[in-house]
Amino acid sequence: MIELVQEYWRPFLYSDGQQISGLTMTLWLTSAAIGLGFILALPLSIARVSSRFWVRWPVQCYIYVFRGTPLYIQLLIIYSGIYSLAAIREQPLLDSFFRDALNCTVLAFTLNTCAYTTEIFAGAIRSLDRGEVEAARAYGFRGWKLYAYVIMPQALRRSLPYYSNEVILLLHSTTLAFTATVPDILKVARDANAATFLTFQAFGIAALLYLIVTFVLVGLFRLAEHRWLAFLGPRR
Amino acid sequence: MLEQSFACCTDFFEGLNGYGQLLLLGTWVTLKLAFLSLCLSLALGLVGAQAKLSTARFWRGCAQLYTTLIRGVPDLVLMLLIFYGLQTGVSQLTTRMGWPYIEINAFSAGVITLGFIYGAYFTETFRGALLAVPPGQIEAGRAFGLSSIQCFRHVVFPQMMRFALPGLGNNWQVLLKATALVSIIGLADLVKVAHDAGKSSYQLFYFLLLAALIYLLITMVSNVFLHLLERRFGMGVRGPQT
Repeated sequence: MIELVQEYWRPFLYSDGQQISGLTMTLWLTSAAIGLGFILALPLSIARVSSRFWVRWPVQCYIYVFRGTPLYIQLLIIYSGIYSLAAIREQPLLDSFFRDALNCTVLAFTLNTCAYTTEIFAGAIRSLDRGEVEAARAYGFRGWKLYAYVIMPQALRRSLPYYSNEVILLLHSTTLAFTATVPDILKVARDANAATFLTFQAFGIAALLYLIVTFVLVGLFRLAEHRWLAFLGPRR
Repeated sequence: MLEQSFACCTDFFEGLNGYGQLLLLGTWVTLKLAFLSLCLSLALGLVGAQAKLSTARFWRGCAQLYTTLIRGVPDLVLMLLIFYGLQTGVSQLTTRMGWPYIEINAFSAGVITLGFIYGAYFTETFRGALLAVPPGQIEAGRAFGLSSIQCFRHVVFPQMMRFALPGLGNNWQVLLKATALVSIIGLADLVKVAHDAGKSSYQLFYFLLLAALIYLLITMVSNVFLHLLERRFGMGVRGPQT
């Protein structure tokens, strides 16, 4: 156990000698996918609650497909499926994008988390009090200002508890990245297991690292809820 | 352009001819795995929920530890940990006891791991649902002379299911999608079969797409089924509309 930690603490935490790996890689993957997914989900969630069928329907289809299929198969399609098409390999730009494993994993995780996040935000927008929107309209808000100053700040706050769940689920899903040769925590654990045969210890350390990150995230989100959802609690 | 894609389509279906049966077999493995681990996790969930609501501090502590640990660690890590760890543990035991070597096959390891992991999620669902049953119902049942098991079977369970079903449906969908992970520990489920077939026929993209479609189909069918179940357990309760 101690030898394992002594030999592998560096790859487990930040670097395997050639590139970043382990915990840093996992955190990087998670934050990249969460950040991009969040930015994409803002306009998509507004489109999702639109009253126009042709705006709402494509988003609905996207969400349905990405929530109805396993992330693993989405990753496989993006990582090895798309690259097996000759048409993609002929385009130099697409070729260089899809050849890089990290690009593919970030793309797959982003698309996946964006579908879930969009649904969460759309649900929050739908559950807003009608009166709030009416009051904003009466004050002369319309168009994007209505969304930027009234609807979205409210909706984002209220979706915070569900959003924290999604972030933790994504953190757990990033374990799939090793199937695309990205050196995240689990990949390092597998390498350590293959080299030392200390199965339980190697995967145990990985489990512990994920557990710690999960607890930290839960704590951070609790602080955020305390800060931004205080107005929903009992008056003090 | 059109001709080209048409030719591609016919190629694809001819390619499928050889692998169609294999894909069906993979689908069957996925369904069997999902269903068996659902049964295991439902049982674990019921037991776990009872433990969480029990008055004995020891059982409460155990259940709390179980749900916290399982839900804080990714499925895949747990799966590898249990799959490889179980095998190592069992072979150590057999050599120490002088028994013949027992190999744990990937299928039962998959069922055990998935059942064990999702049991924690079902525990939380059932706990919430059990708390939603008014305690007066249980008291009334006991007052009528039902034993505690009868009371659970005839009074608590049917009412609890109504509260639990939306959560159960959600968990089932997540569980179904998590079965895709067992292909990583070498089980020939839908994903692995599609991947292998695609690789050997040089049509990886189409085969993976087909597998994704099959998953979508299963999700759709289970949505209909869950809706029916919700109607069945919601009988006698007025819904939001109607």
